[in-house]
Amino acid sequence: MTYAEAAALALADAMQADPRVVVLGEDVGRGGIFGQYKGLQQRFGPERVIDTPISEAAILGAGVGMALAGLRPVVEMRVVDFALCAMDELANQAAKNRFMFGGQGRVPLVVRMPIGIWDASAAQHSQSLEAWFAHLPGLVVLCPGTPQDNHALLRAALDCGDPVVYLEHKTLWGERGAVDASQRVEIGRAATLRAGRDLTLVSWSRQLQTCAQAIEPLAASGIDAELIDLRCLWPWDRDAVFASCARTGRLLVVHEAVQVAGFGAEIAASAAEATGCRVRRLGAPRIPVGYAPVLEAQSRIGVDQIVCAARRLLD
Amino acid sequence: MSYAARHGTQLYRSMVRIRAFENAAEAASQGGVSAFGSAGNGQAKVRGPLHLSTGQEAVAAGVCAHLQRDDCLTSTHRGHGHTLAKGADMQRMMAELFGKASGCNGGKGGSMHIADFSVGMLGANGVVAAGLNIAVGAAHAQKLQRRDAITACFFGDGAINRGPFLEALNWARIHALPLLLVCEDNRWSATTASGAMTAGAGAAARAQALDIAALQVDGNDVFAVAEAAARCVAEVRGGAGPRLLHALTYRVKGHVSVDAAAYRDAAELAAALHTDPIARARAALLALPGCDAAELDAIDAQAQAEVQAAIAAAEAAPWPEAAAAFTDVQDTGAGTWF
Repeated sequence: MTYAEAAALALADAMQADPRVVVLGEDVGRGGIFGQYKGLQQRFGPERVIDTPISEAAILGAGVGMALAGLRPVVEMRVVDFALCAMDELANQAAKNRFMFGGQGRVPLVVRMPIGIWDASAAQHSQSLEAWFAHLPGLVVLCPGTPQDNHALLRAALDCGDPVVYLEHKTLWGERGAVDASQRVEIGRAATLRAGRDLTLVSWSRQLQTCAQAIEPLAASGIDAELIDLRCLWPWDRDAVFASCARTGRLLVVHEAVQVAGFGAEIAASAAEATGCRVRRLGAPRIPVGYAPVLEAQSRIGVDQIVCAARRLLD
Repeated sequence: MSYAARHGTQLYRSMVRIRAFENAAEAASQGGVSAFGSAGNGQAKVRGPLHLSTGQEAVAAGVCAHLQRDDCLTSTHRGHGHTLAKGADMQRMMAELFGKASGCNGGKGGSMHIADFSVGMLGANGVVAAGLNIAVGAAHAQKLQRRDAITACFFGDGAINRGPFLEALNWARIHALPLLLVCEDNRWSATTASGAMTAGAGAAARAQALDIAALQVDGNDVFAVAEAAARCVAEVRGGAGPRLLHALTYRVKGHVSVDAAAYRDAAELAAALHTDPIARARAALLALPGCDAAELDAIDAQAQAEVQAAIAAAEAAPWPEAAAAFTDVQDTGAGTWF
């Protein structure tokens, strides 16, 4: 099953189990432009899989109002770059509603806003902005990196009752993997993909694949790396990361997002404070993503950079 | 029998309760914020920006008279009147303005976030036009849930120049939502006159361009507002889709309570004060057979007594526990603050 199909299955299961779950966004009736809503409108009808105008502020704002009125909406922003048109609705309304009204209401809302560099899509369709949302009290921030997690984390997001920023990666839609629909994941738990003695590698989303590709060259350099899929940015799994760092004494955080003020800085600082380990961050330079292949490549994190950064931690 | 004769004293009572609340809150707010050349003194009971709806009471009273308890409502930063008229408890509201634990939001929101979900009042809002799309969502949910309830949304004349206004009206129309849009046009966008900032004929014209039926009404004539709102609410409740009511009123006070509004023409204010909605309603009621001044005086006195009791209760109430700063943030990951 693909990463997109896993999300569609999770949503279909949730809609079947709970009539309060509705979907709204542009093109969702046709299955979404990435196929992540395929078949849902045929199965559940246009009242529950709601096609909307190109009105991001209204899509997210209406999601907040629906949640307050007793529904459990999933809203589609198409790409995270477009979600910026709905920042008041997310940051000032969804995230703060419960607190500023003294707990009178809840906003069980899942906001899907795909991230990442994808098919020569240039500066406004390629960003990874997860750190923005981790900064906002009230929000849960999830970054599934596999089909299995895109099923389990979407179910968990729908169940958790808080507003969730759900960041799928656009190059992962066609990624295939086994999906056990009965498997549940607790939000805030990382997955250790590989054990290692010398170095803790923490990453998430598509960048996990590059990290996995770096394992062998690292081993060839005599570095036995442990690889952790953080997958939840808020709350994040300090226990798993700190325990690993305490063992290895070295932490490298790798993410596709711009390195400056990225979430890697938060993890690195926290791990250093807690365990005294050596830390490095590896993210994109602080430049917009360019269109031409040679320009776009400057924003990508490759295996060589990971190996190089890891070696510097062991020097 | 005229509308005034049938419902006049209820509407009058609703307005004088709002006026009494606003006057008391205003008095308690002096020195509460450093703005407009006025310095905060740390002594005020009502702290921070306080946006008063003094002089605009007829819009809140006239519209909310037609809403049921389970109808939803969203409001603006100038939302005390809407909240009172929707049926919120005055003592809990005043306690919220004082920041006390017994406030309707437990002291977490204050004036700009006044809300009482128990009467369908889903919140005032610190961001201009932000309530519009939340109201759209509430109305959409009511339609999907096949409920008889409707949603009303108050917004100001400044809000029609923000994008969410267009997005909300378009959405409400294409989905034929049970939504009453009320533009409470007080002529001022903070310290700038709205007219010079607004192209075209304003809220009603913009609604009509989107095929939403709209009425314009004298927002300082509570009976006219109530009659127009009755029509709009009946149509919305009957499934006709959204309606827009454009109520022309005037912001008697400054943008916030410490703003003397010295930037505007004194003659404009003086003219507006001649159209004070409470004075007009009182005169209209006294002209009716069977209504005497003593009855209206008693309503005035009751409102004063009620608001004094609310002030006393708010003063006596405890502050929230400091630990409340850490509750109602989110369940997932609760307890992790750094």
